[in-house]
Amino acid sequence: MESWASDIMKKAFKQGSQGTVDQLKTLGRELAMGSQGSSKDFLDLVKAIGESKSKAEEERIILAEIEHLKKRIMEPDVPRKKMKEYIIRLVYVEMLGHDASFGYIYAVKMTHDDNLLCKKSGYLATTLFLNEDHDLIILIVNTMQKDLKSDNYLVVSAALTAVCKLINEETIPAVLPQVVDLLGHPKEHVRKKAVMALHRFHQRSPSSVSHLLIKFRQILCDKDPSVMSAALCALFDLVLSDVKAFKNLTASFVSILKQVAEHRLPKAYDYHRTPAPFVQIKILKILALLGAGDRHTSENMYSVLLEVIKRSEPGKGEPGSNISNAILYECICTITAIVANPKLLGTAAEITSRLLKSNNHNYKYMGIDALGRVIQIDPDFAEQHQLAVIDCLEDEDDTLKRKTLDLLYRMTKSANVEVIVERMISYMRTLSDAHTKTDIASRIIELAERFAPSNQWFIQTMNQVFELAGDLVPAKVAHDLMRLLAKGAGEDDEEADSLLRSSAVESYLQLLGEPKLPSILLQVVCWVLGEYGTADGTHSADDIIGKLCDVAESHPGDIAVKGYAITAITKICAFEIGAGRQVQLIPECRSFIDDLLASHATDLQQRAYELQVFLGLTPDIVQKVLPVNGSGVDIEIDRELPFLQEFVDSALANGARPYFHENERLDMDSGISSFVGSSRSQQEPSHALRFEAYETPTVPIPSGSSSTAPPSLLPDFQEAKPESPRSLRNHLAADNSQVDLLGPEVSRLRLDGVQRKWGRPSASSQPSLAATSDFEQEIERRDSGVSEGASSIRENPPAAVPMYDPRNFEKKKAQPEIPAEKQRLAASLFGGSSTQKAANGVKASKPAANLRPGEKSAPPRPVTTQSQQASSPLMDLMDMTSGDSFPADPPAKPAYDPFKELEGLLDRPSTAASSTPAAPQTSSIDFMSLYDSAPVISHTTTSSTSDTDFLSLDHTSRSGMDALNGPQAGLMDLNELPVTSPLGGLAGLVQPNPSSSTGLQEKKGPSLHNSLQKDAASRQVGVTPTGANPALFQDLFG
Amino acid sequence: MTIRFVLLVNKQGQTRLAQYYEYLTIEERRALEGEIVRKCLARPDNQCSFVEHRNYKIIYRRYASLFFLVGVDGEENELAILEFIHCVVETMDRYFGNVCELDIMFHLEKAHFMLEEMVMNGCIVETNKQNILNPIQLMDKTT
Repeated sequence: MESWASDIMKKAFKQGSQGTVDQLKTLGRELAMGSQGSSKDFLDLVKAIGESKSKAEEERIILAEIEHLKKRIMEPDVPRKKMKEYIIRLVYVEMLGHDASFGYIYAVKMTHDDNLLCKKSGYLATTLFLNEDHDLIILIVNTMQKDLKSDNYLVVSAALTAVCKLINEETIPAVLPQVVDLLGHPKEHVRKKAVMALHRFHQRSPSSVSHLLIKFRQILCDKDPSVMSAALCALFDLVLSDVKAFKNLTASFVSILKQVAEHRLPKAYDYHRTPAPFVQIKILKILALLGAGDRHTSENMYSVLLEVIKRSEPGKGEPGSNISNAILYECICTITAIVANPKLLGTAAEITSRLLKSNNHNYKYMGIDALGRVIQIDPDFAEQHQLAVIDCLEDEDDTLKRKTLDLLYRMTKSANVEVIVERMISYMRTLSDAHTKTDIASRIIELAERFAPSNQWFIQTMNQVFELAGDLVPAKVAHDLMRLLAKGAGEDDEEADSLLRSSAVESYLQLLGEPKLPSILLQVVCWVLGEYGTADGTHSADDIIGKLCDVAESHPGDIAVKGYAITAITKICAFEIGAGRQVQLIPECRSFIDDLLASHATDLQQRAYELQVFLGLTPDIVQKVLPVNGSGVDIEIDRELPFLQEFVDSALANGARPYFHENERLDMDSGISSFVGSSRSQQEPSHALRFEAYETPTVPIPSGSSSTAPPSLLPDFQEAKPESPRSLRNHLAADNSQVDLLGPEVSRLRLDGVQRKWGRPSASSQPSLAATSDFEQEIERRDSGVSEGASSIRENPPAAVPMYDPRNFEKKKAQPEIPAEKQRLAASLFGGSSTQKAANGVKASKPAANLRPGEKSAPPRPVTTQSQQASSPLMDLMDMTSGDSFPADPPAKPAYDPFKELEGLLDRPSTAASSTPAAPQTSSIDFMSLYDSAPVISHTTTSSTSDTDFLSLDHTSRSGMDALNGPQAGLMDLNELPVTSPLGGLAGLVQPNPSSSTGLQEKKGPSLHNSLQKDAASRQVGVTPTGANPALFQDLFG
Repeated sequence: MTIRFVLLVNKQGQTRLAQYYEYLTIEERRALEGEIVRKCLARPDNQCSFVEHRNYKIIYRRYASLFFLVGVDGEENELAILEFIHCVVETMDRYFGNVCELDIMFHLEKAHFMLEEMVMNGCIVETNKQNILNPIQLMDKTT
């Protein structure tokens, strides 16, 4: 090893003509690598991984490494340093996605080592490998206990770090007393870690440290700032779990925040000249919790919040640094969370405006988020920023777009629901990721259910959601849709209902032309066609039956769809028979039925047989069984099941055991009853033992009518809802008789889900989690949901539609003009949010109005006067929104200073102007970092460059030293150049960045140096930067 | 409001350092890293440095060939995390001197030690570079 290192030295000196000091530094690093015990072996591994070009190559290296390690690590008497290296290699193996469990035990052993580095590496590896419930943990607890008592504070802190990661609920008591003692350790480093360990215990098991709350309060006053800031982490969680208990700490937090903001902490805590920003943010988060909904507590924070804002605000016209904006954003969060005064809210609004108007996407994102918070308090604030919001909505950036949709979702009202849902649907079209799709779909459904302007719209929206999200949509939504169709608008307007139904039939018939519809939508289609396909007489029974057969035929594997289809056919036939017409089944239907008669799915078979039975019945019987439009009829449920009383009595008389509710049974015996109740006990936050392993299949009753399966046939004849209460009853009856045959023991199990019937009545009957009541609640819930939806529908259309209709109408008409369209979008999104702001709303819609004055006969507002002055639509709109509505606020906020606002307005354009890349010369270096994702350190002269520049530099530097490597690198950069000639390859290397090379050349001076040196030195180590991954040698900072 | 993981990935998508603050199996990590890296690396520079993925919000920042990715949950201040990443890099830079990808690869455990000092239980506990590097430098001296 020694000779190898000195070899590097020699060669480096030979090469080093410039910047010997820097080179020596780099050399020192390599030497240090050697002296710290890194063998050639290890360096080779790292080198190989670093240079591997593909995942497959990396995989091969690691698999070989695993084999190698398996052999070597087991050898007796591996020297300690070697072993440490093996452990790090194991970390590599796991990091790159392979199992290294064969070596875990050696990592655990390593924690016993006396050498601090080895011990720490051992702890590190164990924390990376093991989760807190791993069997090996128990072996480490002893070591940790010993280390916590060590005289060497570094050993103690290493152990504490491991405690945070490895101690689980059961092992907390083993170390808790020692950790508590360490809170008084003379070294602040140890105290800090001890607080964090307690914090961890609180996260794991709050009760384990509940007696130590006073300690957390004390440690907040620790004289060392880092210990104090660690205490903040713990206190945040504690406050979160019990706000009241910590209200009296508000003054302490406020005073700490004030001192931090006033720069009282040592300079070392600064980050880019901002005093301890992460501490400030943490305290602001805590204050938000403490002040929420509490005026008195909030009032104590006003002055410190203003102080923090004042100190973080960038100068006029500057965008500010990331970190100061992070603090400002956190201030907005706090202000909007607490009971704030108008002045603070005004400031929050101002900051939000500035963020939204920034060119930096990160700031826009934060601005959108902040806007979402501000409008929770002041809904009208959104109007001022409508154009900014729409810009974000239409941005290429997916994250920004989604954030904006998120905002819109939260500000949806019945006035703008159509536009917003339309946006969401078109966004959903672009998605491929199931997780996001499910998310958006559920939001659309929620909005549609809450704000639907008409049933027609609702149905169409739902169809689109089904089409796009398909089977990601919960089945409940499909059932709600069916129910809506069945019940109509909830009013006794039969005509409107039937209109709605026939329009649904039409749209579904059209939809069937599309290829590849999701199963859930097909189920709805089948149901609707079966129920209403022939109702208005436009379509013949044969037509509809033919369509239904097509559906079933094209989805041979989908039993649910087939079930819906055959049921629908049955209904149509029944309606025909009921109406006294002769039913002559078309041939394809015949063969479909024949298929099903021989089906392996008993459910389908049963349905087919029933259809055959129907065909042989007389009209009056059929009419009774399957009345036309029977799905809207409510069915009364008798929960007491009185008709079973006799049966129960006789069963009891014959010696059957009486029924007890499961809660009572739990008390009686813990054997079978807990076995039965296990599925429930999970849900209860009880401290009882759990028995998941023995969980029985869920009670059969709900599954019989579960939402995914097609509705059971018999009840379905009478009503639309797949989960029909009557079907439930039928099931119950069936269950009971079946159960009796099987004997009392079984009956006890099976009847678990049934309404309590046999036992004595008790107070606990209400929360009986039996399936029946669950189920009924569910039904009730849905019913209320629907009536809610219906009532909101009832409220909306008469009032809202005439007001907003014209605008929407116009929107649809004039698509091509982009700015106008944007404004219209803005108008439809934000306009008319309040009557108080009517003027603004009209202004927003004005350009649109101006465009087509002919359309404007309907709108109720006096728009005519405004349309006269609207000559320059876009400018005007901007003026109105930013200039006019600011002073429009003061009525609500008396503390507002209109002049100050005007000042802000005057300054704003200059902000925008200076945001162009020409400006940065004058502003601080932080400013630069806004325009480049690569950062700049403010205290050095280096500046950031993009990676490609680097590559080219790297290559050029190398070209001087090692021309042979040129072509190889040239391959990476420019394929079209003649790679065969080294010169050509080199020329290509310099060329690719002509634009950036001139301006950045001098700036890159120091880094050019460094990369040269690193290059040289590493070549000595044997890692060739011209290999696959020369980027390895780039300094992270340019 | 916690950090769920810190990842260092180079632009070929190879993991250079991974620290999780919740337990995931190797397979889960592999899948997660693959998905995230694909998502983040595909984004142009001018788009925002935040990406939502499943229940995570990922804040990422690129330094030469290396991407630093931090996964957080719901109520985290994204800009602050963005600056925290920078703070991590500055700390590494102070320790290694002109830190590069290879430094982190050769001294994986040191990089982890620094991160251990800075983040505990998913919270940012220390950003004072002296405090972070002190124990590590002391250890270097004694061994």
